[in-house]
Amino acid sequence: MNYSWNWGVLFQSTGVGDTTYLNWIITGLGWLLVIAVVAWSIALVLGSILGIMRTLPSKTARGIGTAYVTLFRNVPLLIQLFIWFYVVPNFLPTPIKLWWMNDLGANTTALISASVGLGLFTAARVCEQVRTGIEALPVGQVNAGYAMGFSTRQLYRYVILPQSFRTILPPLSSELTNCVKNTSIASLVGVAEIISQMKTISEYTQNTIEIYTYVTIIFIVINFCLIQAMNMLEKRLRVPGLIAGDK
Amino acid sequence: MEWLTAFLNDLQLSAPALWHGMSITLKVVISATIGGILIGTLLALMRLSSFKVLNLFAQAYVNLFRSIPLLLVLMWFYFAVPFIYTAVTGNYLTIDTALVSSIVAFMLFEAAYFSEIVRAGIQSIPKGQTAAAYALGMSYGQSMRLIILPQAFRKMTPLLLQQTIILFQDSTMVYAIGLLDFFRTNYVRGDLMSLLTQYILFAGLVYFTVSMIATYAVKKLQRKLTV
Repeated sequence: MNYSWNWGVLFQSTGVGDTTYLNWIITGLGWLLVIAVVAWSIALVLGSILGIMRTLPSKTARGIGTAYVTLFRNVPLLIQLFIWFYVVPNFLPTPIKLWWMNDLGANTTALISASVGLGLFTAARVCEQVRTGIEALPVGQVNAGYAMGFSTRQLYRYVILPQSFRTILPPLSSELTNCVKNTSIASLVGVAEIISQMKTISEYTQNTIEIYTYVTIIFIVINFCLIQAMNMLEKRLRVPGLIAGDK
Repeated sequence: MEWLTAFLNDLQLSAPALWHGMSITLKVVISATIGGILIGTLLALMRLSSFKVLNLFAQAYVNLFRSIPLLLVLMWFYFAVPFIYTAVTGNYLTIDTALVSSIVAFMLFEAAYFSEIVRAGIQSIPKGQTAAAYALGMSYGQSMRLIILPQAFRKMTPLLLQQTIILFQDSTMVYAIGLLDFFRTNYVRGDLMSLLTQYILFAGLVYFTVSMIATYAVKKLQRKLTV
């Protein structure tokens, strides 16, 4: 095998201006974080709302929640992103469509589609976690709440949500790491995030093994940091008295 | 409605290609499931064994594969499989590289997830079962093969199938390495005939229908298998 090793590839000049390949990786990392933050914010807000809807007494609210989860969990994420990127803009009203296609750059539209698509996909998963968390509470909590004269709104605000959100932190943190990993799929609709930067660099330099290794390490580090951060959060928010509560 | 008729007319022409794409998808899913469960079971047994080295290896394997995105794993193997093949045999890989490397990648990637399911399944069997097997004079291999694993697999079949449905959806990601699976065939045809919107929606509908029916079937099976 005549493979020429070059672990210093990241510090080589790209030949474009005075940037090194490290700059490209950092740019990619930046886009990864942008997509992850936007998508996770959408997922957390929408997922919580849908999760609560699935536990409400109202039939309509439950129906909407169930339909959303069924739809978004049974279509592969890649196809969802393609739908947001290629299909949905065609159905926008003409003025918005023109603005979308002409005034926004291809990278911007890809970025928006990918973030929104990933957010809505992850929302279905968050929704299921929130629902499980609420359903896992002892029935007595709900009954006691009503017996004290709480309205449904107050019941959720003061009794159910403060407890369930603390118990679902572990599954939520695994959804968060999934969400970060799934940002890599955005590279397939043309976002210049870390995986697509990695591909470009490996094509330019032919140092595939080195550059793939670096990106793999970056992902391991990100994942490790996220898990540590969520563990700390879990410890601080533990519900005293539950099995998971005392150490 | 012209929108739809144009698509339906073209669908008749592209049907053989789409069927072929579906057969590739199924090939990847089925071989990755079988291989993944086998490797996953081995990993789970290693994880539960009392040998420190095996234990650490299994733990490191699972953590590694769970912290990197599937897409990256696919790209690694798409690059590495021909590379290693040439390094080992000295010849160039002449068979379908994309297919072989995606099967290998999915097998090893899913093994990490399957092993967690199998581990939980084994751990859910009461300790008395192992103790009873040893008391009857069985060896470790016999007790696992005859007593523990049959019970564990019965319990975890629904979970393993659920993971297979996820694998079926994730298999669309072979798009990245150019393998013409069901989704990519749709995409390529749609792009070629300027029917991209219709073909993407059609592919989405097919994956949706298959996954939903399969999920429903798994739920029914779960009720049947409950001990």
